[in-house]
Amino acid sequence: MSWFRKRSAPPEKSDSRKVVVPEGLWIKCDNCGEIVYSKEIERNLKTCPKCDYHFRISAKERIRLLEDPGTFEEFDARILSEDPLNFRDSQKYRDRIKNAVKKTGLNEAVLSGTCTLDGLKIVLVVFDFFFLGGSMASVVGEKVTRAVERAIQEKCGIVVISSSGGARMQEGALSLMQMAKTSAALARLRRAGLPFISVLTDPTTGGVTASFAMLGDVNLAEPKALIGFAGPRVIEQTIRQELPEGFQRSEFLLEHGMIDKVVSRKELKKTIVALLKAFKNQ
Amino acid sequence: MVEGYLEFEKPLAELERRISELRQMNAVENGVNLSDDIQRLEKKLARMRRDLYSGLNRWQRTQIARHPLRPYTLDYIQILMKDFIELHGDRCFGDDRSIVGGTAWFHEKPIMVIGHQKGRNTKEKVSRNFGMPHPEGYRKALRLMKLAERFHLPILTLVDTPGAFPGIEAEERGQAEAIARNLIEMSDLTVPVVTVITGEGGSGGALALAVANRVLMLENSIYSVISPEGCAAILWKSQDYAKDAAEAMKLTARDSLDNGIVEEVIKEPLGGAHLDYQETALNVGEVVWKHLEELSALTPEELVEDRWAKFRRIGIFRDEAGR
Repeated sequence: MSWFRKRSAPPEKSDSRKVVVPEGLWIKCDNCGEIVYSKEIERNLKTCPKCDYHFRISAKERIRLLEDPGTFEEFDARILSEDPLNFRDSQKYRDRIKNAVKKTGLNEAVLSGTCTLDGLKIVLVVFDFFFLGGSMASVVGEKVTRAVERAIQEKCGIVVISSSGGARMQEGALSLMQMAKTSAALARLRRAGLPFISVLTDPTTGGVTASFAMLGDVNLAEPKALIGFAGPRVIEQTIRQELPEGFQRSEFLLEHGMIDKVVSRKELKKTIVALLKAFKNQ
Repeated sequence: MVEGYLEFEKPLAELERRISELRQMNAVENGVNLSDDIQRLEKKLARMRRDLYSGLNRWQRTQIARHPLRPYTLDYIQILMKDFIELHGDRCFGDDRSIVGGTAWFHEKPIMVIGHQKGRNTKEKVSRNFGMPHPEGYRKALRLMKLAERFHLPILTLVDTPGAFPGIEAEERGQAEAIARNLIEMSDLTVPVVTVITGEGGSGGALALAVANRVLMLENSIYSVISPEGCAAILWKSQDYAKDAAEAMKLTARDSLDNGIVEEVIKEPLGGAHLDYQETALNVGEVVWKHLEELSALTPEELVEDRWAKFRRIGIFRDEAGR
């Protein structure tokens, strides 16, 4: 027997915020490292019961968590990506799309439609980070723009749940222009006197943050979500400094006045409904 | 190497050096007449120039767009306009020197002119942050645009930036929000807005000044969603593939015109804008004036609708449901 007991290693903190594999019975939380019963995480709306870590979820799961059951009706489902630049790096852009479609069962990185929340009709747009990092190119820009136009047409509010690495490089400046297009659409929504609730979830960066996601009449964010313009690695390389703890997380943005409220997943629907009801009471 | 020459221009530089050597010898040594040789070489030089610049690839154009001697916003203002009064500050935090703006007279009419400004020498480059704005830069630009709107001045923006500055302070002060705010507010301006991409149209930092009724590009300027180096680092895992990324992203003026992103390409002197500021600026001035005149016929509401229509149609996709 040795004199000194080996101190147990500190819980592993992983930076790679991977999604939960739903098959396993037990799941290790990416944030606190605790082993948690997977059913418990499911029951907890895919948040860790020990540390409140919010796992990344797919667009379909997100819709299920928000809608009044069975009310979501998708529109613009058949707008599909072309490959306007004939882009190829180590892989063809066309193949990347094909793989993403196969992996997620979605046609693109965003789902849009109408639904009700506590009986209130809204247009709902939800990003799926598992489809090419939720990146925005021609199709995503077009779908978001059409969703805003739909809200104007139906005279209802719009809620966008963002989760995106930003503008998609494979469509070059066409992707960049979607930032202008979606933002200009919001100017028209504003003129129509209709509310836009923007919900930023982990992660929302680049051209999505720097366009519609930051333009909510109210900006909400899930706890500890990475939100920013430049990615942390790019900043680190530019200034050659380590970034402060908590930099570009929801709480950091709240402190700097960039978002209205950090809302946990359990409170999200209630909060959105309360806001929409307040704005509707003219 | 002769100052101002880019790597791919080396053969030109070499020939020019030989010609100037011959000229000196011709002047000094009276016995020999080298005029014929000089003339022959000059013809060869002209031919080489034509060949080189008519077949530029996208990476070479990127280098011309970034040329350290390329004319910047203040150069255009000086040549094209009178009585420029620079206006400073965002009224929130500070004055960002990577963006300049103010009132000036263009064709005997008042205008609000705003643009990125890179520095010439090291000290100025640093003070202007190499043309990479912080949030206060976009906010100053927006303040000046709203000012122009109140007093019915048309707006000209000149874009030349590597992109938004990726730094801690820029994030703290909300550069995403500042860029986004410019996009929505510019789309709603009731006065004519014309943008010229004069050099680097680098991602969000460029777009924040470019939601215009007409977006024009100089022949050797570029417009892209991310720098070729940044794109290469992510997709090719190494910046060494910047040339491939530039090709793949199709970031030239011609590409942007083909993809419906810009309305017109403005000619540069052979070899690039840096070789003749006067000629370049006059080309820019002529085209800008033409578009401003066209836009002056529109009502405030029509101007907003015209700008919306321009951006609304950008995007290439397949709609299987039809519409």
